[in-house]
Amino acid sequence: MISGKGGTGKTTIALALSELAKDTVKADCDVDAPNLYLFYDGRDIKKEYFYGEKKAVIDKKFCTDCKECEIVCQFDAIKDGTVNSFKCEGCGACTLFCPEKAIHLKEEKTADVYITQTNKGIISRAQMEVGSEGSGKLITQLRSNARKFSDENILIIIDGSPGIGCPVISSITGSDAVLIVTEPTQSGLEDFMRVMDLCRHFGVLTLACINKYDINEKVAGEIEGFCRENDVYVIGKIPYDDTVMKSINELKPIVYYEDSKANNAIRKMWDNIQEHINRLNQ
Amino acid sequence: MNIAILSGKGGTGKTTVSTNLSTIIGANYIDCDVEEPNGFIFLNPSQIKREEVKVNYPVVDSSRCTLCGDCAKVCQFNALVRTKKEIILFEKLCHGCSACSIACKHSALTFGKRTIGIVEEGKCGNLICKRGVLNVGEPMAVPVIKKLLKNLPQGTNLIDCAPGTSCNVVNSLQYADGAILVTEPSAFGLHDLKMAVQLVRNFNLPFGVIINKYNAENERIQKYCEQEDINILGIIPYRREAAKVYSLGKMIVEMSEYKEIFEEIAKRLREVFPWN
Repeated sequence: MISGKGGTGKTTIALALSELAKDTVKADCDVDAPNLYLFYDGRDIKKEYFYGEKKAVIDKKFCTDCKECEIVCQFDAIKDGTVNSFKCEGCGACTLFCPEKAIHLKEEKTADVYITQTNKGIISRAQMEVGSEGSGKLITQLRSNARKFSDENILIIIDGSPGIGCPVISSITGSDAVLIVTEPTQSGLEDFMRVMDLCRHFGVLTLACINKYDINEKVAGEIEGFCRENDVYVIGKIPYDDTVMKSINELKPIVYYEDSKANNAIRKMWDNIQEHINRLNQ
Repeated sequence: MNIAILSGKGGTGKTTVSTNLSTIIGANYIDCDVEEPNGFIFLNPSQIKREEVKVNYPVVDSSRCTLCGDCAKVCQFNALVRTKKEIILFEKLCHGCSACSIACKHSALTFGKRTIGIVEEGKCGNLICKRGVLNVGEPMAVPVIKKLLKNLPQGTNLIDCAPGTSCNVVNSLQYADGAILVTEPSAFGLHDLKMAVQLVRNFNLPFGVIINKYNAENERIQKYCEQEDINILGIIPYRREAAKVYSLGKMIVEMSEYKEIFEEIAKRLREVFPWN
C-alpha cells in the first residue's frame, strides 16, 4: 500500500483490507508515522534493537587537531573536532584518512523493532528514533520479520510510506502487487504519476484506488484516464465519507460501520482484488 | 529568517499552510518535499531557472585496478562489490563519500558525476519560489535538499518539508530558525505530531502548532498542546468547499474566511518567533 502523496488513506485501507482478508500478517513500513498498531490491543511478543546506521566518533586522546577529517568529510559533518551526528552519514572516510587513527565508527540504534500479537494476527512494526535515518534497511527487516509468520496462503499487507524514495522502494521491491491509494486533487494526481512511474521502473504489478473520488470527479476522471493509458487497473473508487474520520478517532476499522459508503466501496474493492489475485495464481 | 513547516503525518496540510501563508506574509517559498513537491501547483511561479543536482560516483580504472577489493571492503553502503573479473558499482547505493578512493592503494579510482534531480527557481509576484525534484527511481533525496537549501534567498523563507521525522526532514531543519508543525485533530494526527515535537525539541527550535481540518469534534490536540506548553498558532476549519478549492490546485486564501484565518496566523507568528 503506497500513495506518493501523504494522507490519502493508506492506513485506513490497509486496515480495512486486512480485516476483510482475515488471515493476514501486517507490516507497518510507514516507520515515520506508524499508526497501524493503534487499532489493536496487541501484546509485543518480541522486541529488538535495530542498529541502522553508524556514526563517526573521535577519540580526543589521540586527536592532534590536524583537521584532516574536516577536509575529507563530504558531508560537512565535522567542525572543530566535533561530529554533528545529524549530518554524519557513517561512511568512514574520516576513519581511513585520520593519520592518528583517532576516529572509529560506532553503530547507532535507530529503532525498536517489534513483533506484536493481536487478536487479528501479527503486526511487524518499528518505533523509530526521532531524527534517525528512515532507511530502507529497516523496512527490509520489517518485511523479513513479517515473512517469518506467514506462508504461501497468508497475505502480507504492507502499509508503506509516502514519497518515492528509499523506504518506498524497499516496500515495493519483491512485492507481488502494489496498491496505490490516491486522491482526486492536483497534488494527488502529480504525486500519483511519479509513484506509478516508480512502480513501473521496478516492474511490479500495479493497482490503483481513488479515495474520496467525489471530492473532484473531474480530476478523478483524469486519474482514471491516465491509468488506462498506462495499463494500471483502477480497482476501487471510494466516496468521501465522514465515517472514515470517525473510525480513525474511535480506532475501529471502517469495515465495522455497516452504513458507511466508504465501507461498501472498500468491500467491493476487496472482491476485485481477490479476483485479481486468483487470476495471478492461475 | 527560515521557518520550516513539518508534520510527522503526511497529508495534514503542510503545503496548504506554506503556500497560503507565504503569500499572506510575503515570504519566499522553498519546497523541500523533493520526492513529491506540490507547492508550485498552487503558486504557479514563472521565469523558472533550472539547475541539475549531481552526485559523485567512483569510476574504476581497470588498467590500475588489481582487484584487491579494498574499496568494496571499506564501503559502508555496499555500493561496491568485487567479483573475480571486476569491481561492480551499484550507483544508487553510493553516497559519494570517497572512502573507496582513500582506501585504494593503486590510485585506480576517480570520480564521475551523475544527475539525480533538479533544483528550480522562479517568481510568484515578488516572492521567490524554489523547489527540488528528485528523479523517479533515485532512493536518496538528501543531496537534492542540501543543494536547494544551500543558497537561500534573503528575507523570510518558508521551508515546506517532507512528511515524517527522518533524514529528509532532519536535513531541512539544519537551515531552520523556527518551525511550524501542521497537524489534524485525529488520533493519527496526534500520534505523529508527538514525534515531530520531539524532533524540533532535539533541534532546540522555537515552534508552534497549526491545527488543520478542524471539525470541532474533539479537542485532543489543544489538550496535548496545553499539557506540553506548546503555542497554537492557528486553527483552520475543515470545509468541503475548501477541500474542493485545494483539489483544483487553488489557494484557499482566495476564500475570505480563510484569508482572515491566515492573517490571524501571521499575527501569532510574530509573537512566537523572534522576528525583525
